[in-house]
Amino acid sequence: MSDIVEKTLTALPGLFLQNQSVSGPAAAKASFSSRLGGLVRGITALTSKHEEEKLIQQELNNLKATVSAPTTTLKMMKECMVRLIYCEMLGYDASFGYIHAIKLAQQGNLLEKRVGYLAVSLFLHESHELLLLLVNTVVKDLQSTNLVEVCMALTIVSQIFPREMIPAVLPLIEDKLQHSKEIIRRKAVLALYKFYLIAPNQVQHIHIKFRKALCDRDVGVMAASLHIYLRMIKENSSAYKDLTGSFVTILKQVVGGKLPVDFNYHSVPAPWLQIQLLRILGLLGKDDQRTSELMYDVLDESLRRAELNHNVTYAILFECVHTVYSVYPKSELLEKAAKCIGRFVLSPKINLKYLGLKALTYVIQQDPTLALQHQMTIIECLDHPDPIIKREVLGEYSYLLDKETPEEVITKLYKLLRSDSISSETKAWIIAAVTKLTPQAHSSNIVERLIQEFTTSLDTCLRQHAFELKHLHENVKFMKGLLPVDKSCEDMVVDASLSFLDGFVAEELSQGAAPYKPHHQRQEEKLSQGKVLSFEPYGLSFSSSGFSGRQSPAGISLGSDISGNSTETGLKETNSLKLEGIKKLWGKEGYLPKKESKTGDETEALPVPQENIIMENVDQIITKNDQSQALTQSKEEKEKQLLASSLFVGLGSESTISLLGKADTLSHKFRRKSKVKETKSGQTTTAENVTRSSFSSSSNVTYEEDYYLDNFQDRGDKEIKKFSLNSELLDSESLTELPLIEKISNCRLSTPSLFAVNNMEVFHPPQSTAASVANEISLASSLLEETTEHMHSDLMEVCHNETISVSSYKIWKDECLLMVWSVFNKSASELKSANLEIAPAENFKITEQPGCCLPVIEAESTRNFQYSVQMEKPFTEGNLSGFINYQVMDTHSVQLEFSVNLSLLDFIRPLKISTEDFGKLWLSFANDVKQNVKMSESQAALPSTLKALQQELRLHVVDIIGNEGLLACQLLPSIPCLLHFRVHGDMLALWFRSSCSTLPDYLLYQCQKIIFHYRLLQDIEYNSLWYTVSPCCLSILCIAICIC
Amino acid sequence: MIQAILVFNNHGKPRLVRFYQRFPEEIQQQIIRETFHLVLKRDDNICNFLEGGSLIGGSDYKLIYRHYATLYFVFCVDSSESELGILDLIQVFVETLDKCFENVCELDLIFHMDKVHYILQEVVMGGMVLETNMNEIVAQIEAQNRLEKSEGGLSAAPARAVSAVKNINLPEMPRNINIGDLNIKVPNLSQFV
Repeated sequence: MSDIVEKTLTALPGLFLQNQSVSGPAAAKASFSSRLGGLVRGITALTSKHEEEKLIQQELNNLKATVSAPTTTLKMMKECMVRLIYCEMLGYDASFGYIHAIKLAQQGNLLEKRVGYLAVSLFLHESHELLLLLVNTVVKDLQSTNLVEVCMALTIVSQIFPREMIPAVLPLIEDKLQHSKEIIRRKAVLALYKFYLIAPNQVQHIHIKFRKALCDRDVGVMAASLHIYLRMIKENSSAYKDLTGSFVTILKQVVGGKLPVDFNYHSVPAPWLQIQLLRILGLLGKDDQRTSELMYDVLDESLRRAELNHNVTYAILFECVHTVYSVYPKSELLEKAAKCIGRFVLSPKINLKYLGLKALTYVIQQDPTLALQHQMTIIECLDHPDPIIKREVLGEYSYLLDKETPEEVITKLYKLLRSDSISSETKAWIIAAVTKLTPQAHSSNIVERLIQEFTTSLDTCLRQHAFELKHLHENVKFMKGLLPVDKSCEDMVVDASLSFLDGFVAEELSQGAAPYKPHHQRQEEKLSQGKVLSFEPYGLSFSSSGFSGRQSPAGISLGSDISGNSTETGLKETNSLKLEGIKKLWGKEGYLPKKESKTGDETEALPVPQENIIMENVDQIITKNDQSQALTQSKEEKEKQLLASSLFVGLGSESTISLLGKADTLSHKFRRKSKVKETKSGQTTTAENVTRSSFSSSSNVTYEEDYYLDNFQDRGDKEIKKFSLNSELLDSESLTELPLIEKISNCRLSTPSLFAVNNMEVFHPPQSTAASVANEISLASSLLEETTEHMHSDLMEVCHNETISVSSYKIWKDECLLMVWSVFNKSASELKSANLEIAPAENFKITEQPGCCLPVIEAESTRNFQYSVQMEKPFTEGNLSGFINYQVMDTHSVQLEFSVNLSLLDFIRPLKISTEDFGKLWLSFANDVKQNVKMSESQAALPSTLKALQQELRLHVVDIIGNEGLLACQLLPSIPCLLHFRVHGDMLALWFRSSCSTLPDYLLYQCQKIIFHYRLLQDIEYNSLWYTVSPCCLSILCIAICIC
Repeated sequence: MIQAILVFNNHGKPRLVRFYQRFPEEIQQQIIRETFHLVLKRDDNICNFLEGGSLIGGSDYKLIYRHYATLYFVFCVDSSESELGILDLIQVFVETLDKCFENVCELDLIFHMDKVHYILQEVVMGGMVLETNMNEIVAQIEAQNRLEKSEGGLSAAPARAVSAVKNINLPEMPRNINIGDLNIKVPNLSQFV
């Protein structure tokens, strides 16, 4: 919104000049402001570090010239600063601009000053000499009557301020502690804290003021002062014991929910404040029984209250446990805290587990039994994929020593080492732990056995550790010195920079050795070398030669769906049945024309399955399946996405795509060998063109094709030889294939018998892919059934575990938003009492659609849960959350939570009205927004732009008259919005009107996003002029004209 | 205290860099790279905390990160901060960005880099958590936005509008009207009457 206003103002002069000619300063200024965009896009388009460097250097040279030119206005300087910040962020030196940043902060108006201050705080550091120039400005701004100026000055002070100049501003900031605005007081407190950090002596005298801040009537100011107290108490806790009572009272109030609800975060009262207070209490109560007694109650209360299951509750709980263990012990509280730790350790959430283990490490010192309780979990954690968790666990083991003898622990670790279930990395950790323990062990049989076993290990890392242990073990005395008993669990100081080797390095370098390059540098070099050498033998060169020349001569596009196992042979003309001119109505997904209309494809051609015949013997299938399996697995992710989108547009499964690529390669090959008629390969390519045009995301497809091309090209020759042209075998083969088809067609609309009757050839994905993909198909096919009439979103997985996978998609029905959650049971057993519930949300009315909830989900099947959602209050962004629970084999029930984002766009529907109605409505609406967008050449065609908008935003194209386009939509339930587009040269004028004031703004933003994204994709120079007029500015202009 | 806030995309391109502790420029870049490499190799299913790289201070500092679509948000903090608390602070920051930009995406961070910094300034000030209440943060940002509006609207806009009007060729508007003449004419007319 503010964006638009800003643009409005900068655009005013341009608007008036528009009728004459857009020229002069207005155009220059507008293009100037979008140069950041140009720069960013220039950089993203580059591929190598070197090119980037060149571009940025060039940009910096331009900027250098601009900022030092006397004609540069402060406004232009503001834009320059943003670009300088960007360059500096990428690591380039922009030091020539530093002085200008300070100037901008000194001289600019509020907006320019803000950028100036930001740039200064990012560019400079506390001891930079230029910073002294800023002191006067800061002093001036601190005295300003404008709150925003004061805020900016306080922010900069807390970020960077020269230590020796503190006295100049200190009294001013102290005054601000009495300011009437709480935000000022709060920032002043933090600024003083900063002073305390860099020059504690200078703020000695204002400790009493900190106390005042602690008692401030505003919670925010009080919270800010806690930063200071935490720090001061950490340094000297005894001086602040008298404040314990106050902290306890504050925490009591917070925990008791006495704060305004504004401070709640996920219905937890001021969690960060609680954490801070608990830390302070922990420091105060350490080794001090009398002080600790004051806080037992509130700690107990905190432990009790923290029962919600949000992340932040755990944060409080963790802090609480920490405090309980650091203050003077009270058995009752310790017990409760131990229970909490159990909750952490046993939690499936990995973050909590980590913290639980971390808590265990300090708890164990006081209470080793607790660790024993959790021993199983700890051992399980040993094999966790997260190395950090593993390390925590092994730290744990060293603490266990208090209870058990080192021998016992080593034996346990040894047993672990020998089990096959843990990874070699973990084993390396364990050996390291054993090494630490060995000096304390009295007998060393096991250690010796371990050494013997692992010095011959295949794993280099393990072997190294084992050898280390071996050599240390041979010299027990040295080992004991190296790993002293009392410190065995503490981290040793390691000279990470390896400074003791410096002499050696210098010597080597002087003798001509190559200097060391860090890992990333080597990688970058390798990458850039790789770039130079790669000529991309197949991918791009092929596509350029492939499409243009090979159009179907008859002008009839014949889709060629070819099954994976039969492609090669299918292309031999002897076995294929020619179908030119015959209209086919049935394809592998069912009735074809229906799908055609749905996809809205412009081409009139129907994808017609071409006669291809399966002819292979069984072992060939098997060998090929193996190969294709490898392909499938490596590209699984890609395929999933592709599958969803391909089903959406009515194409076949991913095999179609891969196979098209395959067919194409082969036709290519055949052509070279001149064994196939030209028409044949022509058809294949046309089919591919059809596929391409109907895909929205063609880049994916291309990628996929190239991928398969590379793979199949190699194999092509070999395989062709293998195939025999035995048509009898073919018949029997196609029969044996039927059960498989049956399996897949459970989830498709067509039936095998249909194929048989029509004597059509049958297409199916290769067997191996069928299994992995079956679930996707089943999900997506159910999607197909229900969504034929309405537009819908792609299927998106919202949550999953090993048994079920929940995906959701939105169907934009005329009257409401229909949310569908597809629950797919991946397991082989049926799930009982499946129940999906959606939590009520404040902005929506959610109603469950009848007849879709069934308590049982059979094995490997999908159930849909539908909810219709209606908007009750306009909003821009919302969230629906819910959970699904089910029972596995009547034993335990499992619950999975998920959430889905909803945006206002989900409630935008086409408004089907006539041009006359449009005209009438247009005049009746008061709220309007206008904006001009520059279009690139390829976008200049209005219909294509409108079509894109129509598809993306679900608008209705009312009419296109010459260079004007009329669109209409409504926000459910019934807030209309009219959109007017006019092409004017290469400018697109957008003009939106509605009865609702926020709707045009929102739509304008969305339209811009889409148009912008299109442009970004096309990579055409970004250089736009933005003009907007809001009603209030119009009236100002009218007044201005009247006066004249 | 928060030492640094780094936002970079999946390819390690920095999108927001804010250090609250002084590091030389080239070290900053190395820290960004090092942090990226540390974070990148971590799966989504392992914990969001790790020790800082050697450049930023090693095990004294923790990196707490969250991965959103194409962006990594990494906060480097010292031992005085609570891990889970920071994790939620990142969430607050991102949700605030989302509120301010409506459906925030990487592009917003690139093209409105300065705005993102202003929002961050309201959340974290000089390495200290200033505000965690999302509504309060948004209110502050909106107050600043209003300022933009009023500053442009009251001082700049009329001036520009007038100058713009002056430049327009309006045939019906006589160009050389002198208000002085009018003043003279009026008494003349009254004399006639």
